[in-house]
Amino acid sequence: MENNYKQIRIALRNCGFINPENIEDYIARNGYAALASVLETNNPQATIEAIKKSGLRGRGGGGFPTGVKWEIASKNHADQKYVFCNADEGDPGAFMDRSILEGDPHSVLEAMAINGFCIGANKGLIYIRAEYPLAIERLLIAIKQAEEVGALGQNIFGTGFNFDIELRYGAGAFVCGEETALIHSMEGDRGEPTFKPPFPAQEGYLKKPTNVNNVETFANIPVIILKGWEWFAAIGTEKSKGTKVFALAGKINNVGLIEVPMGITLREVIYEIGNGIKDDKNFKAVQTGGPSGGCLTEKFLDTPIDYDNLIAAGSMMGSGGMIVMDEDDCMVSVAKFYLDFTVEESCGKCAPCRIGNKRLYELLDKITEGKGNMEDLDQLKNLSKVIKDTALCGLGQTSPNPVLSTIENFWEEYVAHVNEKKCPAGQCKALKSYIIDPDLCIGCTACARACPVGAIKGEKKMPHEINQNTCIKCGACMEKCKFNAISIK
Amino acid sequence: MEKIKSLADLKKKREDLQSAISIREQSENIQVKVAMATCGIASGAKHVMEVIMNECNKRNIPATVTQTGCMGYCYAEPTVEVTKPGQKPVVFGYITPLKAEELVAKYFAGNEMLDTVIPVNYEKVEL
Ligand SMILES: Cc1cc2nc3c(=O)[nH]c(=O)nc-3n(C[C@H](O)[C@H](O)[C@H](O)COP(=O)(O)O)c2cc1C
Ligand code: SF4
Ligand code: SF4
Repeated sequence: MENNYKQIRIALRNCGFINPENIEDYIARNGYAALASVLETNNPQATIEAIKKSGLRGRGGGGFPTGVKWEIASKNHADQKYVFCNADEGDPGAFMDRSILEGDPHSVLEAMAINGFCIGANKGLIYIRAEYPLAIERLLIAIKQAEEVGALGQNIFGTGFNFDIELRYGAGAFVCGEETALIHSMEGDRGEPTFKPPFPAQEGYLKKPTNVNNVETFANIPVIILKGWEWFAAIGTEKSKGTKVFALAGKINNVGLIEVPMGITLREVIYEIGNGIKDDKNFKAVQTGGPSGGCLTEKFLDTPIDYDNLIAAGSMMGSGGMIVMDEDDCMVSVAKFYLDFTVEESCGKCAPCRIGNKRLYELLDKITEGKGNMEDLDQLKNLSKVIKDTALCGLGQTSPNPVLSTIENFWEEYVAHVNEKKCPAGQCKALKSYIIDPDLCIGCTACARACPVGAIKGEKKMPHEINQNTCIKCGACMEKCKFNAISIK
Repeated sequence: MEKIKSLADLKKKREDLQSAISIREQSENIQVKVAMATCGIASGAKHVMEVIMNECNKRNIPATVTQTGCMGYCYAEPTVEVTKPGQKPVVFGYITPLKAEELVAKYFAGNEMLDTVIPVNYEKVEL
């Protein structure tokens, strides 16, 4: 790239530039030109070939080569096929797909029609969570406008190609983002995964070949077609092409939505785009891949971010959540947070995930309560391995990752919790005590008056003391003390 | 918009729209885009848009105010992009309703910058 910008907007090319509720804005920026070009060339095989050569991989988390998926769906003959867009976006803290749908809905509609033409489908369905009312509203407007101008519906642009798109609403279960569960949910069955193969592209919705792609994956398609696969394949690393959208969050100055070329380093993302860690604290780790991913530590700050490097580092790309943590974050608590989420979201179909994750959570809880021992740490590792090996779907197969990766990278922190009964980050309530330094305390009584449970006693103008048995560790006293006499131990 | 009946029709339509846009850009109107995705709206972008429109009316400043999607600067919502005739677009962050009045008074009416300009930090694909 000629300039020094760290970000390239491909999937987000129109977000924040066009009025998403006006199809004219989209058409003026060469919208539907990719569909037109595909229809004009009238060679689905060549289009699929171009997508394959571009190196585009699925942005929903798995990273499966998109062109290969399209080819499988195109080669499976059936009287009816389907194009599905996965807009379930269930990762905690993720909003990449929502932003695309709210800012540029037509790019996804256009790509779905292109996919339909390539695989021989004339029906598209978007599975979107009902908690995304604005994205739904804008999608409905976009579909209506596209039908009015003849970009969707019967005889698109007079070429004889027909393609309809409808919405289906999900209730926001994380597991329904898994493609087989998503399909069952659309069929009116319980949103539970089933074993693959058969893959949806072979046998999906109503047993017909169904091409499922993520929102961001689709948003890349028109660009690849108009700019050419060579252009796209020139961005990124050897096996991960193009860009990735991340929702940058946590202890970072510039939280926001970013789109960076594959191969960028965490250091560039955190310090250049994100403008560094909040309050000048020290960097501790970055969590990627949400409940399926892991933590990357300082030693990975200069690792190029791509699908394969992240897996080698013990995390994964995931759908694009990126949470930055600083010295005040307790890694055992982080693992516990994700396990809590997994336990809540497990569909319960298979025992390793339903029961195993619950046990993992209980072990982590025990450790943060200061009641853990070294055997618990061994058990965490063993149980994690068993769950990974035996769970039915991607949710259970990846749910121990946050545990394994924090154990791997922050072993001393786990040991401190169980052996010394200390939380080095000072996060675990049960393991921290508020202490008054008698040399600094002047006996102003401010803290004693602030304490909601009356745990602080002392004579006026004499050093005060906190009763550790009644203290509920709310920290109210520390805020009140003007003499820095109270600290956490 | 009427139906596009052929691929040639689409091309023609696009060219028409593009020239309409360039005419609009060359007009004396200030082009204003307010980021109105869920994040922006949650921070009060709808109200900000109203304030900008009212202030422009009050001061007789010709402006075209539209909504757009997320610009990506969640830390600085609400965000507003302003393009004055013949000038490059400038993105302003932290535009609360109060700041919006100030923005119109200082930058629209005069040429005074606010201190919450967000520098461009990305390259955008042009199709
Ligand atoms: C538990 C679980 C949750 C998932 N959630 C999503 C999701 O919210 N959105 C998504 O696009 N893919 C999700 N996936 C991945 C899908 O199964 C599927 O691989 C993807 O939609 C395929 O599209 P892609 O190749 O374009 O990424 C999830 C997978 C698992 C195992
Ligand atoms: S791994 Fe978990 S979410 Fe997946 S099928 Fe088994 S119980 Fe359900
Ligand atoms: S507020 Fe600080 S100085 Fe005052 S009594 Fe409490 S510890 Fe001592």
